[in-house]
Amino acid sequence: MVFKDELRQFVTDNFMFGKPCEGFADDDSFIERGIIDSTAVMELIAFLEARYRIKLQDQELIPDNFDSINKLARFVANRLEPNHTAELDAGRVLLGPTSFQLAGTDGPDT
Amino acid sequence: MCGIAGKFNFDGAPVAPESLRGMIRMLAHRGPDDTGFHAEHGVGLAHARLSIIDLAGGQQPMGNEDSSLWIIFNGEIFNYVELREELLRKGHRFSTRADTEVILHLYEEKGEDCVRYLNGQWAFAIWDDQRRRLFLSRDRLGVRPLFYTQVNKAFIFGSEIKAIFAHPGVTREIDVHGLDEVFTYWCTIPPTTLFRNIHELPPGHSITVDAGGIVVRPYWDNQFERESGVVAPSREQGYAEELLQLLIDATQIRLRSDVPVGAYLSGGLDSTVTTALVKKYTNARLRTFSVAFDDAEFDESAFQADAVRFLDTEHQEIRCSKNQIGEVFPDVIWHTEKPVLRTAPAPMYLLSRLVQKCGYKVVVTGEGADEVLGGYDIFKETKIRRFWQSQPDSRMRPTLLRRLYPYLQNVQNQPDAYRKAFFHINVDRNLQPFFSHLPRWQLTAKLRMFFSDTVNAEIGADDGFSKVRSRLPQSYSSWDSFRQAQYLETKFLLPGYILSSQGDRVAMAHSVEGRFPFLDHRVVEFASRLPVSLKMKVLNEKYLLKRCAAGLIPPSVLKRHKQPYRAPEACSFLESSAREYMEELLSPEQLQRDGIFDHRAVGLLQAKFRKGTAIGIKDNMGLVGIVSTQLLVHQFINRFESRMTPDGV
Repeated sequence: MVFKDELRQFVTDNFMFGKPCEGFADDDSFIERGIIDSTAVMELIAFLEARYRIKLQDQELIPDNFDSINKLARFVANRLEPNHTAELDAGRVLLGPTSFQLAGTDGPDT
Repeated sequence: MCGIAGKFNFDGAPVAPESLRGMIRMLAHRGPDDTGFHAEHGVGLAHARLSIIDLAGGQQPMGNEDSSLWIIFNGEIFNYVELREELLRKGHRFSTRADTEVILHLYEEKGEDCVRYLNGQWAFAIWDDQRRRLFLSRDRLGVRPLFYTQVNKAFIFGSEIKAIFAHPGVTREIDVHGLDEVFTYWCTIPPTTLFRNIHELPPGHSITVDAGGIVVRPYWDNQFERESGVVAPSREQGYAEELLQLLIDATQIRLRSDVPVGAYLSGGLDSTVTTALVKKYTNARLRTFSVAFDDAEFDESAFQADAVRFLDTEHQEIRCSKNQIGEVFPDVIWHTEKPVLRTAPAPMYLLSRLVQKCGYKVVVTGEGADEVLGGYDIFKETKIRRFWQSQPDSRMRPTLLRRLYPYLQNVQNQPDAYRKAFFHINVDRNLQPFFSHLPRWQLTAKLRMFFSDTVNAEIGADDGFSKVRSRLPQSYSSWDSFRQAQYLETKFLLPGYILSSQGDRVAMAHSVEGRFPFLDHRVVEFASRLPVSLKMKVLNEKYLLKRCAAGLIPPSVLKRHKQPYRAPEACSFLESSAREYMEELLSPEQLQRDGIFDHRAVGLLQAKFRKGTAIGIKDNMGLVGIVSTQLLVHQFINRFESRMTPDGV
């Protein structure tokens, strides 16, 4: 699946800054390996919605859907129309913009 | 308030006056009113003075009657009036009205134990000529700074590291362990600093230096008593009255000054209380100062206005934009002398500039109340996590996590499952002592991914927070996690960031002295004996202080939701002049030359900010930390000589 490579690249670039954890595998839990913190998941959601033009429902925002490369890939595959997936695999279409905008720079403070 | 610097030659060789002059010039901002020197028998003392008490007679270095003792002193001893009377009764004769002379006579009377009698904020050095011994001390909570090094058979010290670097022969290298500490705990853990072989004297410690060597000793630490259970409502009033009396006295003695005293007014509970107390016990019209932000997310000016109206003060504010923060940030780092992960010191730097322009040298502030009386969100977070931990399968208990950080939209919006994962409760037995701080420290330590491979190799593997562990008192394990959290905040972050990077260093950059009634050691010790339920009643923070404050401050401030002091973060570097220096300092070539950060990782982080997709605390801390570290390297390692002008800075 093309988009699995794309998801791995996004996670590696944006959450690990090009330095994957040692032995990082597609089944590894983002939470357990400390790859995604409390707000980074929103960044991931924004990416999925913008890149694949899907709208995520609150009840879908659970680790079962997002907590590894493989889970993400499965979730995206299920949400995309079959023909879109096939076309994407074949590299024939580009879905949505590659850049997206989120506002705010927050974090707990003392 | 002043700057001090000095040198002791272990072999007794005379100290060259020009080396002292070079050092003290670097501290001109701390003491613009006068400079003084004293050298004899292998020791040299230098002083830059900010005149506050006994304007005519308080010059330093100051000797005793027979010149057997000499002192240089940065700070204030607020109980000097009472100590002076006691010493007079014991036959001591005084030639000035200054608090400095009181320390000298108290040293004659009590020796090195003199520090136990002082109520104040200090860093001083006393040369005891008869013993050929130098005695240095720093106040209990670390309000005033003191650094030292040993090089070429000499002990060299100063209020700021830049004074030590001005001494010939002192090398300037980054200590990657200090860097790692900032990128984990948000501050260094003394004696480590950001520079190799430069040490910070920990708060509550003294040093003696003589031909036999250097001995560092503690004389005070914050000690909590065991939890004494729930307090009956009938007894709460008694505690509240006792706290109020202590705060009144702590404030009154902090008004002792021969120059006018102003006050910072943030719009929060703490500074409104201290301002109200100052107002109540001073006859002069009170001047207050505050920071307002262009960005409504950070702005508290509506509450500041309420306080000004209620307390009838003469008020001035600076309006702070992200561009201003970016513009002054290099100067801020010149003063903090360590990286910061937050830009919050920058508005405080701008505020002290306003105070200086208004002709004020002294301000009373509310610093310390959150640590001492239980105000921080991390205490609330700890309570909620412990409550949840006691029934891990509960569905309802983790929903309380939503009560945390109501002012942070991103945290509020995150899915529950992820909120639960971040504020986790399954903590290894070995890490239980740090239960309260693990989410913060583990998140921050992720920033190590930006360090170069060389730096990460030198730092070594994660050591389970062993440095902090080694500083904990024996009784620590008997305290509940709320008190443990209080200890960690008061012991490390308070002196290492709040009172230094966001306190002394950015205030003294403009010759402004802060005074902190909540950090009077009597208030701190009283609070340490208080049951936790009086600090945070259920989830109501600073409960006892609020009881004291009723009627003293406007109801709107008393009842408001706590909003921690925050400022625009990494976005401050994305426009105007800041962008220019950031891109230069963070260019792949510069990063490779300096060798601290991995240029590819930093490049990807910058790309996220350029795209506008960096929203998390980690990304923001990362960029602010990297920019501030690079500014530190630029100013202290690569180009330090250019800052050694005849006028200091």
